Amino acid sequence: MIFDALFFSALLAGVGVALAAGPLGCFVVWRRMAYFGDATAHAAILGVALALAFDGAIPLGVLVSAVAMAIAITALGGKGLAVDTLLGVAAHSALAFGVLALAMTGARGVDMEAYLFGDILIVSRGGIALIWCGAVAVLLILWWRWPALLTATVSEDLARAEGIRPARERLILMLAVALLVAMAIEVVGALLVTALLVIPAATARPFARTPESMAILAALIAMLATMLGLIAAFALDAPAGPAIVAASAIGFGFSTIGSVVKRIHIG
Amino acid sequence: MLRMPHIMSLISAHGLAIHLAGRVILRDVDFAIHEGEIVTVVGPNGSGKSTFMRALVGALSPAQGHVTRRAGLRIGYVPQSLHIDPTLPLTVGRFLSLPIRREGLEIVAALAEVGLPDTLSKQQITALSGGQFQRVLLARALMGDPHVLVLDEPTTGLDQPAVAAFYLLIERVRHRLGCAVLMVSHDLHVVMSASDRVICINGHICCEGAPTTVSEAPEYRALFGHGTKGALALYQHDHDHAHDHDHDDHRGGGQV
Repeated sequence: MIFDALFFSALLAGVGVALAAGPLGCFVVWRRMAYFGDATAHAAILGVALALAFDGAIPLGVLVSAVAMAIAITALGGKGLAVDTLLGVAAHSALAFGVLALAMTGARGVDMEAYLFGDILIVSRGGIALIWCGAVAVLLILWWRWPALLTATVSEDLARAEGIRPARERLILMLAVALLVAMAIEVVGALLVTALLVIPAATARPFARTPESMAILAALIAMLATMLGLIAAFALDAPAGPAIVAASAIGFGFSTIGSVVKRIHIG
Repeated sequence: MLRMPHIMSLISAHGLAIHLAGRVILRDVDFAIHEGEIVTVVGPNGSGKSTFMRALVGALSPAQGHVTRRAGLRIGYVPQSLHIDPTLPLTVGRFLSLPIRREGLEIVAALAEVGLPDTLSKQQITALSGGQFQRVLLARALMGDPHVLVLDEPTTGLDQPAVAAFYLLIERVRHRLGCAVLMVSHDLHVVMSASDRVICINGHICCEGAPTTVSEAPEYRALFGHGTKGALALYQHDHDHAHDHDHDDHRGGGQV
């Protein structure tokens, strides 16, 4: 019975994250923002340390530091250094400082692994509610901005000619990624958040004909991978975050093989 | 050609300067396009033609001066290059519905307008040939019934017959819609036959006026060399040649 209750609360948390990660991940893939996802997620570790140091709520600390990272990168982008280099510096420095800060507060018995790789068992009932609020918020943001976001993704010049401001859309998307990171850190951990964004979207790609179908398919794939990963984790007594990402990766493998076979049949 | 002051221009630029990455790309540009006018922009590679177009449609903000677009102006813009990331699944029909959702019939009509079959709307945009892709871009530019078409080298990558067909198409569309056309072109016979006005750009407006006026202007000759009205020279001119005239802000036959 205790197993069931634990399993279902983990499932509820995981599926909530997956529901938002699928569609949002499509934009991460289309706009080649994977490195940005890493930088934001790694900043979250710093956020955990700050929250512990100042006795604040962890989700709040994570959200604040992820948003700060998103805004800093947006502001610095295009000023001299290549974006790729800038993100590389930001992502890894944030991780290093975050782990250092977390280690300093280690006397209180903080389980660092829980924040690096996730520990879905520490998600409380309130945490699940927060995850679902976050998921609904991310989906509403995407729904609201969809035409502008999509046009700006296809071509920034075309978007500007239509009166759309690509910089604003980019910032909105980055804030949505920061929100997702804050939701997902306890589920899959800072090191694996980007995988949950990128892998379901990449898995959906060969089977989608429009952006909308890819987003819906990515959400379904992410939810399915979460379910299968959690079942495997509970059955094998394995860590849940890596199990979810491994299940997604296996799905991606099948999708790639499937699309190659399809192409051979058609071609 | 006399400018009639009572006709409000569709797009105008005053004292426009554009800087990109700290470099001055365009300076001192005064420009206006009016209803129904066909204006062609010529100039060597790297002379700021695309920058000029992007500034006029609002894709770049000026470092100095300003661009004015008539209130409620609808622009149909065809950018010089458009790379669609292969990770983004996009049918032709969906592309034509960006950012405003269009009805199926509108999409079929727009495709027919540019001479494409309606079956194409279900095809992935990355699977189109170069000529089809340019036509789809034009179809999208036509979707909102624009007051002005802004075409930035719309025939790049097309072979000669396709180029001719494309310009015929633009001419037909313009006759039907009555919109103004502003385009960058390397195809001088088009410039000479169809344009009301030609603007020669090389970091600033070197000269402008009726096609024949411009082709005889010394500034134009300095850029494109001497030849039969400069027409052959444009095809043959060496893009690396020294540009030695002194930018004295002389505006050719603009107000002739």
